[in-house]
Amino acid sequence: MKTLKIEELSKNFGSTEVLRKINLEIDEGNFLVLLGPSGCGKSTLLNIIAGLETINEGNVHIDDYNVSKVEPKDRNIAMVFQSYALYPSMNVRENMIFGLKQAKVSKEKIEEQLEKVSKFLQVDALLERKPSQLSGGQRQRVAIGRALVREPRIFLFDEPLSNLDAKLRVEMRREIKKLHQQLKTTVVYVTHDQTEAMSLGTNIAIMNHGVIQQNDTPENIYNKPSNTFVADFIGSPSMNLIKGNLKESSNKVSFVTHGSNIEIPINGYDFKEKSNLDNKEVFFGIRPEHIFFKKSNEEDFEINLRADLSEYIGHEQIMTFNFENQEVLAKFPSTVKIDLSKNTKLFFDLTQISLFDAKTEERI
Amino acid sequence: MQDKIHSSYKQLEQKSKYTNLFLRWFLYFVLVVFAFYFIFPLYVMVVTSLKTMEEIRQGTLLTWPSGLNFDSWLVAWGGRGYGAGDTFLKPYFWNSIKMVVPAVFFSTFIGAMAGYVLTKWRFKGDKWVFLFLLFGCFIPYQAILLPMARTLGVLGISNSVIGLVLVHTVYGIPFTTLFFRNFYVSIPSELVKAARIDGAGFFKIFFKILLPVSTPIIVVTIIWQFTQIWNDFLFGSTFSFGEAAPIQVALNNMVLSSTSVKEYNVDMASAIIAGIPTLIVYVLAGKYFIRGLTSGAVKG
Repeated sequence: MKTLKIEELSKNFGSTEVLRKINLEIDEGNFLVLLGPSGCGKSTLLNIIAGLETINEGNVHIDDYNVSKVEPKDRNIAMVFQSYALYPSMNVRENMIFGLKQAKVSKEKIEEQLEKVSKFLQVDALLERKPSQLSGGQRQRVAIGRALVREPRIFLFDEPLSNLDAKLRVEMRREIKKLHQQLKTTVVYVTHDQTEAMSLGTNIAIMNHGVIQQNDTPENIYNKPSNTFVADFIGSPSMNLIKGNLKESSNKVSFVTHGSNIEIPINGYDFKEKSNLDNKEVFFGIRPEHIFFKKSNEEDFEINLRADLSEYIGHEQIMTFNFENQEVLAKFPSTVKIDLSKNTKLFFDLTQISLFDAKTEERI
Repeated sequence: MQDKIHSSYKQLEQKSKYTNLFLRWFLYFVLVVFAFYFIFPLYVMVVTSLKTMEEIRQGTLLTWPSGLNFDSWLVAWGGRGYGAGDTFLKPYFWNSIKMVVPAVFFSTFIGAMAGYVLTKWRFKGDKWVFLFLLFGCFIPYQAILLPMARTLGVLGISNSVIGLVLVHTVYGIPFTTLFFRNFYVSIPSELVKAARIDGAGFFKIFFKILLPVSTPIIVVTIIWQFTQIWNDFLFGSTFSFGEAAPIQVALNNMVLSSTSVKEYNVDMASAIIAGIPTLIVYVLAGKYFIRGLTSGAVKG
């Protein structure tokens, strides 16, 4: 039984297609992050799961029950919003129990739930305050509390941290993670922040233009991006995508850029399909953090590149190198000293590379 | 070199000091002139209403009254006590109150509801509905006189306070809707979403969540509607006469129907009485008016 299952879901606003044939499944207790640039349809998808938006095609199942036409309040979900959406005229207590009161839960049960949740979230001292008298972090906590008291099957979070300042955001992120570890409730979480997505999710679904590009574990998203969009979206700075061709001769595969004599052997690469590789136009993807200044393992490919630009950011530095007139970025500890406009010996960790078809932009 | 630069800075500093001083005084001068300009008619009205006819004839507009003589106010409010032809404001004042209170209440309430629906419950063609409502703000009063008279006739409520309540409510809805719509646009729709998930319905969301935060715009709307309806003369004089007339119509009748001598003191007192309710509303709620017009948004 899947806690949440979405089948062939499509949604359009008038003539604009927002979601196209979305398929998603979440197991009990998992934390799914919907990640993507603004306008990719992730919030719409969340609203559809909540029942706040109608569906044009497809179905949403919660616990194997088709809820496509069920009212939001009857879906056994709770949602935390970006603007917290605390009712301004009610105090914290009233905010938290509003839903239970609507559901006609008994007074004793309401009080019990309220006490449990407010202690758990450490807002029990704030119960009589109005939302306007709370700090950002406290509001966030109350908003989560309002969701918790309902004891939902699924928590929905819509960019809950983006209204907080940087320091508080990191703290609240940890708290949400802890919360999930303790409660083990299924979560769907929307964000455009990749760090948030990586650190929180047990699964990440990356979306773009209303389509899920890749739905996988954070490790696979990072290490084995399924297309160039994912490769480019995840990581900061993002993955280097070097354009070139494959060359296959006597069972050895290598990568060459146009008009260059540098040949990078890629025999160790785990191709999806090892045929018709010769002369294929590809992107050679390597993350800046997988380019080293010292040899990291035996397979490393040694190369001399000219350093063009240096960006110092404290704990590390980002260097831009010239690779046959294509820019290649690398990340080093800031203790390493590299001269600009000079050739530097670098090591590419070939166990960490990705290859993409230049035409379809899909991983090969 | 540096000394030179410093001294030139000093000169500039002096110069800007004098310019600022001059501008400041000029500003106060203009403000005082305008303050006088606006207070002058009120001064004349109050002063004249407190004079006897004798004093009015002998003095000028600006002369101070000999004493606090409220006789003309009493005449304006309660009449002289003889039977026919004695027009005074008291019954019409209550007519106006009976007209204004329900008309303001209904137009504000309906406007709030309409604004809520137009911003938080999008439906097909909602933009058109809003456009037509906006259009209602621009229709000149005169254009609807005839159709409205016919409607009131058919409904059997012409020449009655109820008829005027209906006219003012209907004619107020475009404005009140516009006010509330613009206010509710600034209230995050996430509030409504959260309430829907919590299980609140259409009316519950309106009464429990939106209405409690609408105080500024309710005050603005009440002031606006109260002023409009209280001061209205056209609808009042067209759709009512005699006993059912509102105060502005009565004021007009009173001032125009004076038989022999023009009693300026009574006229002035009547005009002030007719204007006092709007003044009271402004004084009581004025600060909300400014706040509501400028801010609009409520930060959660």
